[in-house]
Amino acid sequence: MNTLEQDLEKLVYERPDTLVETTTHYCPGCTHGVAHRLIAEVIEEMGLRDRTIGVASVGCSVFAYNYFDFDFVQAPHGRAPAMATGVKRTLPDRVVLTYQGDGDLASIGMGEIVHAAARGENITVVFLNNANYGMTGGQMAPTTLPGQKTSTSPSGRDVETAGFPIRASEMLSTLDGSSYVVRRSLHDPKSIRLAKKALRTAFEVQIRGLGFSMVELLSICPTNWGMTPVDSLHWLESNMLPYYPVGDYKINPIVAEIKI
Amino acid sequence: MARELLKGNVAIAEAAIRAGLTSYFGYPITPQTELLEYLSARMPEEGRAFVQAESELGAINMVYGAACTGARVMTSSSSPGISLMLEGLSYIAGTEVPMVLVDVMRGGPGLGNIAPAQSDYNQIVHGGGHGDYHVIALAPANVQEAIDMTVLAFDLAEKYRSIAVVLIDGSLGQMMEPAELPPFKPLATQFPEWAVRGAEGGRERRFLSSIYLSPPEEEKANLRMLRRWKDVEANEIRYKEYFMEDAKYVVTGFGSSGRVALSAVRAARAEGIPVGLLRPITVSPFPYKVYEELSKKVDGMLVVEMNTGQMLEDVLKAAQGRTPVEFYGRVGGIVPLPDEILTEIHRLVEEKPAVGGHPRDRWMDRMIKMN
Amino acid sequence: MPPKGRIEVDEKYCKGCELCVDACPQDVLGLAAERINAKGYHPAELIEAGCTGCGICTIVCPEAAITVYREVTKAQGNQ
Repeated sequence: MNTLEQDLEKLVYERPDTLVETTTHYCPGCTHGVAHRLIAEVIEEMGLRDRTIGVASVGCSVFAYNYFDFDFVQAPHGRAPAMATGVKRTLPDRVVLTYQGDGDLASIGMGEIVHAAARGENITVVFLNNANYGMTGGQMAPTTLPGQKTSTSPSGRDVETAGFPIRASEMLSTLDGSSYVVRRSLHDPKSIRLAKKALRTAFEVQIRGLGFSMVELLSICPTNWGMTPVDSLHWLESNMLPYYPVGDYKINPIVAEIKI
Repeated sequence: MARELLKGNVAIAEAAIRAGLTSYFGYPITPQTELLEYLSARMPEEGRAFVQAESELGAINMVYGAACTGARVMTSSSSPGISLMLEGLSYIAGTEVPMVLVDVMRGGPGLGNIAPAQSDYNQIVHGGGHGDYHVIALAPANVQEAIDMTVLAFDLAEKYRSIAVVLIDGSLGQMMEPAELPPFKPLATQFPEWAVRGAEGGRERRFLSSIYLSPPEEEKANLRMLRRWKDVEANEIRYKEYFMEDAKYVVTGFGSSGRVALSAVRAARAEGIPVGLLRPITVSPFPYKVYEELSKKVDGMLVVEMNTGQMLEDVLKAAQGRTPVEFYGRVGGIVPLPDEILTEIHRLVEEKPAVGGHPRDRWMDRMIKMN
Repeated sequence: MPPKGRIEVDEKYCKGCELCVDACPQDVLGLAAERINAKGYHPAELIEAGCTGCGICTIVCPEAAITVYREVTKAQGNQ
């Protein structure tokens, strides 16, 4: 086809159409944006835009519905998995995803997420773990690391009084209803590629009706951590990765056969 | 269709199915549980959605999600469960999506007991959840009305993008009476323009939320909801009158209280006392105007409730001191007997109480002496 | 010869977070020190030659602000 003499260029990457053409409210460097982009890319690549319904949560991702060019509803704090259950049971042929932070999913919404997973609810949960409550200004979350300083653990999380962080992926993976539960990280290009692949797999799991799928994404919160975005990536790598190892925590044998 | 012997809770469940209930989410709680149990079998039979949620919190948010699709959705619970649902109810009201809630009231506060009560009047009629919102609340007094009002609740909820509550107490939920079920309505195939069902055919995305970050937008949303509520008030007030043509005294109560009071009113009529019964069907919107007009012409009113005088406050607001109002209530799961109410009718007629003071105080004094 | 590429940063989205600057394997990205966008950020830009169009910058960009092009040689184009 291409017989022109001059050098030509090909498009390597452009912003997906499933992201609305608007700036986000996220702080500079916040990896919520990366997670949004990956979801948008996957939805677009899989051609799911016209039958996807998102469920936004409460926290920094409360405005997620402003950024995706598909149908969305907005859940009360922690209740996204219940709301997604209502949508999915009523419209079983639609693709339903929740997008939740760690305060939303692992604290106030722990009941809803556990039971959605236990029921094998055929939804996809995207779980952003940045080890603090971002929207309200960096308070201690159930995922805050031992010793980590936040605005409500000013001397560092004291496990004697504030208990221990919750590893949500490991916990949910113990439930028979969960089909695909993995943790990925957004701290470098290679990890981001793997995160996208996991999201793709999670949606494939849902489309095949295989039950509950969740991708936990380790994420940074430069503003509340009080670091530059680049330093935050390093902090994630050296502090969060050891406590929250990336890995596949639950892979239903049928899921293992999905080739992407 | 023939009349059959039906239990209140079951009758409501089957009526909901026939009204086109697409998705039901619930949680066990006495005295409502038969509704959940019945639907656990019937919904799958009809190929419709049923989920027993992990809690009332889970159930109401499942309802919230399903309601956003524009389908006919319902949950049911009893007083403590309704308390837990209030968060979701406020969100649903704020998102302006329709749903039906069945509240089979029991004794409270707290864990209370499982006996019939009308303790949720304030929680249902005057809000409960945060923010300014109103729900349509229908109070049937027998199984047939419970059936009819369940069907009506779905229609009103859709018409006004509102929460519609079927408000009964445990005795009606548990009672068996002959009643006729409605014919089957087909499930909806057309959905409103706001329904979130996936952007089929590449249409523009939709989203549903109760969030209005900009205060002027939030104010606008509140005013829109209030305007819609004014339409409900103008068009949907329902009540029943018995022996009212020449009544000089009025007994009033909703649901089971009204039903028991009717027996007392009949007995009083047999004695020649000119007393009638006003039984509100919509406790929300409350028929203020009806009470206001009555207060201008009757010599006294007796409010009967299975609580310590919740609807009483609305009656007093409507009567505005124009006529004496007395109160008789039984609480904690006790259903008043017709004889007790007849005694109160006698007191009203013979003692001709003053307009001043508070009827609850007078009632309380009498109750304390009795106990 | 490494492939030649270029990027376009949609400055409307860019928040100058420097994640792309840090990630660029060729070290050819920087913030435009003399310019700010409507939100008040110095947007990222190519500051010198050497872009290979590898796309790493887009992978780390939280704002999906970067479009990447890579030159195609005739041989590749004929494939």
